[in-house]
Parts: sequence; C-alpha cells; structure tokens
Amino acid sequence: MRFGVGERVLIAARAHEGHHRTPGYLKGKVGTIEHAHGAFTNPETRAYGTDGLPEQPLYLVGFLQREVWPEYRGRADDRIYADLFEHWLATAR
Amino acid sequence: MSEHDHDHPHAPIADGDEPATAARARALAELLIFKGVVRREDVRQMIDWLVSRTAADGARLVARAWVDPEFKQRLLADARAAALELGLDPGPSPVVMAVENTQAVHHMVVCTLCSCYPRALLGPPPDWYKSLPYRSRAVSDPRGALTEFGVELDGDVELRVLDSTADIRYLVIPLRPPGSEEMTEQLLAALVTRDAMIGVAQPVAPTPASVQ
Amino acid sequence: MERAVHDRGGWSTGSAIDRTEHELADWELLTDALVGALGREGVMNVDELRRGIESMPRDAYERASYYERWLYSLETILTEKGILAPGELDQRVAG
Repeated sequence: MRFGVGERVLIAARAHEGHHRTPGYLKGKVGTIEHAHGAFTNPETRAYGTDGLPEQPLYLVGFLQREVWPEYRGRADDRIYADLFEHWLATAR
Repeated sequence: MSEHDHDHPHAPIADGDEPATAARARALAELLIFKGVVRREDVRQMIDWLVSRTAADGARLVARAWVDPEFKQRLLADARAAALELGLDPGPSPVVMAVENTQAVHHMVVCTLCSCYPRALLGPPPDWYKSLPYRSRAVSDPRGALTEFGVELDGDVELRVLDSTADIRYLVIPLRPPGSEEMTEQLLAALVTRDAMIGVAQPVAPTPASVQ
Repeated sequence: MERAVHDRGGWSTGSAIDRTEHELADWELLTDALVGALGREGVMNVDELRRGIESMPRDAYERASYYERWLYSLETILTEKGILAPGELDQRVAG
C-alpha cells in the first residue's frame, strides 16, 4: 500500500473509456487518506470478463465538501468519502 | 465514455409497461435454465435468500453495540466478523464497515454509481436509495436531502457522507436515543430502523410503553 | 469532462426525492436471483452487470426502472458472451 492514513492525494482527472468506479465529481479533487482497505479485485478489468487479478490497493479517501462543490450548503467541516483505487491517486502537491 | 456497439436490436423497454418486462424476465430465466446455464434450484435459493433479508439483523448489531462497549469496538473494527459472531449472515461483500454516529458526527450512506447497499443486514434497498435524485443530492447537498427526510442536524454536528464506490458496504450505528438507558437489548433493537442505519433518520425515541 | 450516464453524484435532476416504496415484484426478484445464480456459476460477475447497465443510452437509462436496467444488462452481456443469440429472447417472448 503506497499511501498512509493522513496523506493528501490528488484524484486523477482522466475520462477513462470503459467501466471504472471513480465518480466524476471527485476527479481532479484533493482528499486525505482516511483508511487503507487492502487489495481488491479490479473492477475495470473484471467488468470485461477477467478475474480482476492482480488485486489493487483500495483506500477510503475523505474530502471537504466545500472543496468538492463550489456552492456547497453546509458546515465547513462536512466531508464526503469514497473508496478509490490506488491507480487513481497521486501525491498531492 | 464507452459506446456499446449495437449490431443487434433490443426489443424496446416499454415505459411503465411492467407486464411486458415481467414476461421478458421470465422468458430469459426459462431460456437460461433450458440451456443449462443456471439451475432452477439455484435461482429458487437466491430468491429465498433475498426475501429472507430484513433490517432486523442490522438492528441486532446496533442494539448489541449499544449495550456492550467491547462488542461495539469489534463491530467498528470489522463489522463482517461481528455479524458472524452473532450468527448473522453478513452477505457476499468481503468487507462490511460500521461507522458510528456521535454527538459531534452524523454519517449518511449512498451509492452514486449504482445501488451498493448492505442488503444482507438491512434487506433490499428502498427505491429512493436507488433513485437518481438521492444519488445526486446525497453527495452534493446532503443537508438538503436530510431535510427532505425530516432530519435537521444540530448546528454543531459534522456531516460525513460515504459513497459506496467499491466492495465495502457501510452500515451506520445511530446514536442511542436518550431515555433508553434501562431498555433490554431486544427492545432497543426495535428502535433501530433501516433508515437510521442508512443515516437518513434517527432511531425511534422510546415511549414509556416501549421501555418496559 | 462529460459524465457517463450512471455517474450521478451532483447531477441535478430538479426533482425531489420520492420516498414512495414498492415491494419487489416476482419478476424483479427473479431478475435479481438470475444475476446471483449466474455469478455463482461463474458465468457473469457483478462488475459485468454494472458495465452492461452503464452501456444503456442515456434516455433509456433514465426512463428505465431499476430492474429494467438489470434486464437490459443481462441481455447485453449474455449476448456478448454468445450465451444468447441475437434476437433469441425476442423470439422466445413472441413465440
């Protein structure tokens, strides 16, 4: 597992033709590693009939809502979390 | 965005025409059984499992966590193992994670991409959970969505929304209602609703009758 | 960046959340169970089911009910795998 809890990560802003589980609203956003789940089968390949191996590292990543939505209505410390694969994450500068 | 290459016509999915869709589903099932692709008995077993699922199992986990702090820690560490400990079926997901509401933090769960949901422990997801408006607003305007559900969080409560984008299934441990301190585990479980374990409701408040 | 049809976070519909619930119809349970049985047999997995749903044209996706999307996906993926011949289910429904 490349990233540790508390690290800041940038979510790749790529379109990715084909099945993937990184939601559009988080692409290009910066979040913080909340939890390292370990490795899981890769839906991006499994969706095309393969076994999804090798397993890929997966993280629960948290984001401040006000940094995700320009017009977010709520508290400054409200957060949104999603489970994202390591190959969608890069160290945030 | 990927384009599906259509070189074969689908029969149209008729808008609101449930009988046609029902017949199509049954025809598909019969065809697959006839071809030996699936066994009728397996299909029946799956249906039996689906209809056996209710929120009672999730409520048992919550009620036990409320009365037993050490169980709560085990539930928070690994909800799948905690469910097995109580003899419950945690379902096919490799990981089930319980998240705890406190006086300071309220959690809410959604699957914006489809409908991922801990149905082994909560029963089938309600239609609204799978709906486009919920999938949109639960992440972009969760406090507005909660207002639609009749929930107004106190001003100092942080809201955390979890989008179930992978194989982890999330279950909310709601706040134990005030006035429930003397209640047995069994009576406590009756206060825990499906919607409270999704995070769009608070548990039912105990009445004098329900405390007995 | 354009969104795929299923990628609904923050995609406003202008509608309130309709909290009406319905009991699953027999055909819906059957459709769900078929996916489970196909998974158990190793014929089709849940990621393929999702990919099939995501391949729906946008208007069809938005108009379809939840299990109508599953049925569409089943037909798409099983035809892709050669388990269903093109038009075979249409023939069976008609005949």
